[in-house]
Amino acid sequence: MGKAQKLVQWDPHDIKDKLLEKYPPKVARKRAKQIMVNEALENSTPEITANVRTIPGIITMRGCTYAGCKGVIMGPTSDIVNLVHGPIGCSFYAWLTRRNQTDAINDTNANYITYAMSTDMQDSDIIFGGEKKLKAAIQEAYDLFHPKAIAVFATCPVGLIGDDIHAVAKEMKTKFGDCNVFAFSCEGYKGVSQSAGHHIANNQVFTHVVGDSDSEKTGEYKINLLGEYNIGGDGFEIDRILNKCGITNISTFSGNATYDKFASANQADLSCVMCHRSINYVADMLETKYGIPWIKVNFIGAEATAKSLRKIAQYFNDEKLTKKVEEVIAQEMAPVVAARKDVFPRTSGKTAMLFVGGSRAHHYQELFTELGMKTLSAGYEFAHRDDYEGRHVIPHLKVDADSRNIEEIEVSPDPQLYKPRKSEEEIKKLEAEGVDFKEYAGLNEAMDENTIVIDDLNQYEAEKLVELLKPDLFCAGIKEKFSIQKLGVPMKQLHSYDSGGPYAGFTGAINFYNEIDRLVNSRVWGYMKAPWQENPELSATYAWE
Amino acid sequence: MRKVAIYGKGGIGKSTTTQNTVAGLAELGRKVMVVGCDPKADSTRLLLGGLAQKSVLDTLREEGEDVELDDIRKQSFGGSWSVESGGPEPGVGCAGRGIITSINMLESLGAYDESEGLDYAFYDVLGDVVCGGFAMPIRDGKAEEIYIVCSGEMMAMYAANNICKGIMKYAQSGGVRLGGLICNSRNVDNEKEMIEELAKKLGTQMIYFVPRDNDVQRAEINRKTVIEWNGECGQANEYRGLAKAIDENKMFVIPTPLEIEELEQLLLDFGLLEA
Repeated sequence: MGKAQKLVQWDPHDIKDKLLEKYPPKVARKRAKQIMVNEALENSTPEITANVRTIPGIITMRGCTYAGCKGVIMGPTSDIVNLVHGPIGCSFYAWLTRRNQTDAINDTNANYITYAMSTDMQDSDIIFGGEKKLKAAIQEAYDLFHPKAIAVFATCPVGLIGDDIHAVAKEMKTKFGDCNVFAFSCEGYKGVSQSAGHHIANNQVFTHVVGDSDSEKTGEYKINLLGEYNIGGDGFEIDRILNKCGITNISTFSGNATYDKFASANQADLSCVMCHRSINYVADMLETKYGIPWIKVNFIGAEATAKSLRKIAQYFNDEKLTKKVEEVIAQEMAPVVAARKDVFPRTSGKTAMLFVGGSRAHHYQELFTELGMKTLSAGYEFAHRDDYEGRHVIPHLKVDADSRNIEEIEVSPDPQLYKPRKSEEEIKKLEAEGVDFKEYAGLNEAMDENTIVIDDLNQYEAEKLVELLKPDLFCAGIKEKFSIQKLGVPMKQLHSYDSGGPYAGFTGAINFYNEIDRLVNSRVWGYMKAPWQENPELSATYAWE
Repeated sequence: MRKVAIYGKGGIGKSTTTQNTVAGLAELGRKVMVVGCDPKADSTRLLLGGLAQKSVLDTLREEGEDVELDDIRKQSFGGSWSVESGGPEPGVGCAGRGIITSINMLESLGAYDESEGLDYAFYDVLGDVVCGGFAMPIRDGKAEEIYIVCSGEMMAMYAANNICKGIMKYAQSGGVRLGGLICNSRNVDNEKEMIEELAKKLGTQMIYFVPRDNDVQRAEINRKTVIEWNGECGQANEYRGLAKAIDENKMFVIPTPLEIEELEQLLLDFGLLEA
């Protein structure tokens, strides 16, 4: 049985037309602005529409604002009690649905990640208001665990009936005295996607937690790692490498995070941003309030990891560190190169599609490039225009009713703690040497000419794309997994890594090479059709004939 | 069974008019159930003689799911039944959702069943239809006829017109119809003529003109409907007249709401007439 015929030559504009063909004219007009044929221009890419409402009737890949706040940003924390105020169904997202790993450090350290806590609102709580129940739940959590902090998350009905969760949090915080209680107005409907929830989480963590630690963090080279969520142990691998280099990671936002780590983030000397979309607000606020500059890094892909380590060393401008970093890279690269050499003949020339997250569709292309695989089409679920076109478009972003719905907090330099880590001259010098501060060039620039960039891809378009372009691998999330596999194409989850990982750093790269080799070279997809679908008529003879 | 909902601007006298009318219907031998749909739970005070009764939602909250029909409805004047939906204290929760829940509760407990032998179910609804919950009685065919209590004051007429828009919306799907305007007089100049004209423009009728009389307040102080307090007085006869008009009403329409300019003009035309 042969493999399905591939399109030998395809024109991306034809593909775009085919994707839009079935839509009613108005929908097609809107979607056309979110589907872009990449021109691979430097510094100026065509405008793409992003971070706008999904058109009703379309089965989107997106999640809700609550999922972004509770699930993504606060979910990975270990010693903060995360309490969902809402009906119990919303708490599916509160119970280990993302594979964030935590490390309890020692027996006395609290780790609540395996719990799901909810106020379990009922019809009568909706009618009579849920504040009393919320107070009781906070009290119960406090009595049971005596945690350092309790975070409260609003679900849709809480916003509709107007429970004042912030007043409740404040009251309970004052009552306890030794437990920080704060709340997030992250009702699911609040934004066009989970992205709004990230922003809300950034604001509240920065307002209520950052700077609230008395313990002094020591280390020669102190950084924060922002936008790394420790899926499948990615954060552990990155920390292993950083430790080996002698770099101290004060605070990860928010993989394996603790209250104290969040609270000490103001003590770092550099913020390294992994996922730009979900955490750039905290990076900016840390700079404004405490004078900590930020750079964009990427620890997905062995080459990208090496590049990011060198960038950090360059920033600290210390010979000892630079030397150590080079040593570590040389040592770590050897097994990576060996592993790559093994799989490369089987993976090179294969094709992939990535529709995931607000940075992953970009970062993972590094790994596919290392495998000799071409990315035909990619896009984000919840990114904004700057994640596609680069941060230079930020001043030109259209403010609409949906983005105005999210609170922008005013941050000013802290009278005591503001201390620019580098002087203006030093920053200028580093920039001249190629260290870009506060810069992210976006996805489009990294992709080849004539590849297709699609924002907020949906079920229909995903299946159509697979049918038209027959990629060797499709990467997205759990909602897409089985519909894609039914089309006979292997599918890799890049939100939760299926059951694999880590894929970050050097060890992660090796894991990924082997996983992708296994997926794209599996023969199982050749058995998608049952024998009777191939040869419908059975024939047989009697033994005695 | 005829299912009737009374709407109108807040403070216009919906609860007073409803209870006095129900007293009139009871006198005619009709079996009536009144469902108060106001979170304040004050729609059945006159029929019950001031008895504060436990609302459906309070009962539901305290007893859980295990509620009997007799826990939530009380026998009141002239053999009528009184029910209060109830709701949250001011400023919290969702009163609209409360009304939806309590009406569903009454239905599932069989309060409307044929075996109950009801001739009428009256819904007395809070002032404005501020959200979906307060539209509950006119949705899903729960109430079939609506009477709007109004007066010759601008805001009351404006509210009446607005309620007509709501009725129009649900008339297509739920089959609800407008039975007429009840003018609860505020002694405005040319009031009767103006409301008759408004009714005509809305495609309906002014079903009754209830004159202003302080006997209504006197009866209220005594926690009674006018008919119960002093069946001989003139106002008692007015409510008997209203009850009879509703009982004999055959005119049920889908209203044609006015544009705001039209409404303003109406007020101008009648307001400037010599009284």
